[in-house]
Amino acid sequence: MAELLRMATAGSVDDGKSTLIGRLLYDTKTILSDQLAAVELTSRERGEDQPNLALLTDGLRAEREQGITIDVAYRYFATPKRKFIIADTPGHVQYTRNMVTGASTADLALILIDARKGVLEQSRRHAFIASLLGVGHLVVCVNKMDLVDYSAERFEEIREEFAAFAMKLDVSDLTFVPVSALHGDNVVHRSAEMPWYEGTSLLHHLEEVYVASDRNLIDARFPVQYVIRDQGSDFRGYAGTVAGGIFKPGDEVVALPSGFTSTVRAIWGPGGEPITEAFPPQAVTVQLTDDLDVARGDLLCRPGNRPQASQSVDAMVCWLTERSRLTPGAKYAIRHTTRSAKASVVELDYRLDVNTLHRDEAAESLALNEIGRIRLHTQSPLQFDPYRRNRLTGSFVLVDEATNDTVAAGMLLGPHLATAKVVWQHGTLGREERATQGLTVWLTGLSASGKSSVAAELERLLVAEGRPAYLLDGDNLRHGLNGDLGFSAADRAENVRRVGEVARLFADAGMVAIASLISPYRADREQVRAAHQAAGLPFVEVYVDTPLEVCEARDPKGMYAKARSGEITGFTGVDDPYEPPVHAELVLRGDEGDPKALAARIRALLGPH
Amino acid sequence: MDRELMTTTDTYVPQIGDTRTNGNGTLTTQASIRQADLALDALESEGIHIFREVAGEFDRPVILFSGGKDSTLLLHLAIKAFWPAPVPFALLHVDTGHNFDEVIEFRDRVVEEHGLRLIVAKVQDWIDDGRLTERPDGIRNPLQTVPLLDTITEHKFDAVFGGGRRDEERARAKERIFSLRNAFGQWEPRRQRPELWNLYNGRHKPGEHVRVFPLSNWTEADVWNYIAREKIELPSIYYAHERDVYHRDGMWLTEGPWGGPREDEEVLHKTVRYRTVGDGSCTGAVESTASTVEEVIAEVMASRLTERGATRADDRLSEAAMEDRKREGYF
Repeated sequence: MAELLRMATAGSVDDGKSTLIGRLLYDTKTILSDQLAAVELTSRERGEDQPNLALLTDGLRAEREQGITIDVAYRYFATPKRKFIIADTPGHVQYTRNMVTGASTADLALILIDARKGVLEQSRRHAFIASLLGVGHLVVCVNKMDLVDYSAERFEEIREEFAAFAMKLDVSDLTFVPVSALHGDNVVHRSAEMPWYEGTSLLHHLEEVYVASDRNLIDARFPVQYVIRDQGSDFRGYAGTVAGGIFKPGDEVVALPSGFTSTVRAIWGPGGEPITEAFPPQAVTVQLTDDLDVARGDLLCRPGNRPQASQSVDAMVCWLTERSRLTPGAKYAIRHTTRSAKASVVELDYRLDVNTLHRDEAAESLALNEIGRIRLHTQSPLQFDPYRRNRLTGSFVLVDEATNDTVAAGMLLGPHLATAKVVWQHGTLGREERATQGLTVWLTGLSASGKSSVAAELERLLVAEGRPAYLLDGDNLRHGLNGDLGFSAADRAENVRRVGEVARLFADAGMVAIASLISPYRADREQVRAAHQAAGLPFVEVYVDTPLEVCEARDPKGMYAKARSGEITGFTGVDDPYEPPVHAELVLRGDEGDPKALAARIRALLGPH
Repeated sequence: MDRELMTTTDTYVPQIGDTRTNGNGTLTTQASIRQADLALDALESEGIHIFREVAGEFDRPVILFSGGKDSTLLLHLAIKAFWPAPVPFALLHVDTGHNFDEVIEFRDRVVEEHGLRLIVAKVQDWIDDGRLTERPDGIRNPLQTVPLLDTITEHKFDAVFGGGRRDEERARAKERIFSLRNAFGQWEPRRQRPELWNLYNGRHKPGEHVRVFPLSNWTEADVWNYIAREKIELPSIYYAHERDVYHRDGMWLTEGPWGGPREDEEVLHKTVRYRTVGDGSCTGAVESTASTVEEVIAEVMASRLTERGATRADDRLSEAAMEDRKREGYF
């Protein structure tokens, strides 16, 4: 709820995170005088001349002795506008686990950067974890501004560097505040030291940031937690917390997995208050008109909007324990919504380096604090939504049945496509029986490299010969098929995967599919090639190798200019890498001829019909 | 809100009855109460979700209930969570014997009104048969741990609800909502299970149990605002009343079966109330004229001391006092 803001903080010991939180608590008068007295006493004993506000938040004795924070600690403060819950987590690399925990319930993540040190590996890691956990709002506090003479240039530099990186992530709202936690500049009050800063103080931003729309009010989801039966009144109702959408009396609902439908007779709030509309995260009790066999672990939803159901799912997981590793073949108990089941890890697709976002597909296990993508097989189907769509129906934990420890936090991506209980249907028609044999031509290269012109000429040439061909243009497909994707690394990968799948289908149908898209990452293109090879279809990769200066000089859509001015970030060739093919079937250079001539060179490679 | 004004506004001191003005008009007390309500709704839903999780996952849960304000609120949430069915748990009170009559009377009345089952573990019984020895200072709060753990074992309770809040104290700030206790009832802060989303892992081995804290995310102000909103009845000693008290260790203590003033301690007649209720020998009263819940809220908001710092001698013993007692198995 908007009036309760849950936030996660991340930063290392040196970034001054504890001092910043101490400052927020102190300046909002949340710290009471006995707590302050204890801090002053300890600070004096340590020979510090100012009360060390970091001591307010360093909770356990071990932490005080070692001078570090070792776990997630929760802090509370309130202003007349909002109540705040801070999940305070340390920033060391070995504590990814804690950051994942803190971020799992957060509406907003606060990331600290030391103005002297700038954007470090760990700043990127914090931002990535926040984005992975679906925290939509990111506030970057550039701290210790006092130590860089409150320099606007330094702040700008950091802002630009971080924003460029964040473009690749799933962050809908990114805000930067220059602060000095030690002196209180721009924390609660606007600072007089930084007249160039036109934004608000950190606290003011936290009070005003709009988070109510982050909830999913579209997909009605109600995991049944407990069946309430009262013998005296013959009452039978299903208690639970709304996980998505809106439920109203009179709504038709379906109970999953049984599939029986009924109608909502009444909804009761805590203590029996009648409710006309129930939405997340309300705890309510639902009565149905029919006497269905519904139990804990079942899910109520609308018949026209059901979640995914699958026993084989793809998920991102973070491994949480040092006492074991995640390895393919291992079995666990999975806890998903109110349901428990047995699950086994079928495959580890890759381990993700949270600093570089590099995917290590050779990885064979995940250790503490490591994140990877896995395929999971569950004993009974999970009724779920992808985590990006719903955090409550898209999240799970794995429990080690021998130790009972919570060993992994998981975010569901979707049903595993190859299986998903769908058996491949072999056609009776052989490919050689078709009139034409299909293949895919994949043109890759920088924006404005001339790919599309060459591709269009190739299409024209083939069609003129009477050979079926179709151009799949990256920009055009983003209007429809890929209209839901942005330009983060993950979205770019998905963009390439989808175009690759469509191309493969066209090729299978006997057409020449001509795909023209930047497709900057080598690994993504290699997957498309592998899919074609697996299907026995030719794949011709054409690298349109036009120098960056030439592309930038052309700049037909003005994109390079925007990227250079910082108006857009994450632009391939400017501040995002382009990985050229290593073994392209053909390399074309713009100075080797006009589009028609270049298209003819591709045509020559393809052979007769 | 007008940015210009925000920059010059003084530090916030949230107070009921506080009226602040800005360029856009007046932020009234009424507005802040209404907004607080939405936060309270969220806290209430979270607490109820936790109660229902436990009911769904455990065999023998029990609610720690002393008649104090946090445990009364806890019971209120449990009643709301299972409406219209009765609360499916028993109650347990670890009784120091150093009680305030008003609290025991209240405790018994509430139990009867709601048709609940109350188990009382009396510290005195443990002292009488030699399982415990009275401390030299006569304070019995630390003695509650053994009777508590013995009773949990005897009744095979697997989930034990407590009213602990993370804002009370720094060691509590790191405790999970589902907090595993080993077979000796001990808390191992280094072995806590990560707790993500609203997925709670209550799995445990025979002999272990789980402490459950549905009020983890509440603050003292939230507790009082909720008590006001829900019109929850509390023992009368939470409100201002007249009482003979004496001053010791910075607190106003009252005479009782636990002893009374030493010769050098003067007994005064004062108007006081209690912010927390525990062992009478170490729970101090504060001078107050707050006789209604609204007046108490105003007082709590303006207070510059934490409730434990103000009125609990046992928590002042050392900076790490609570952490040590929690490790041993205390509430």
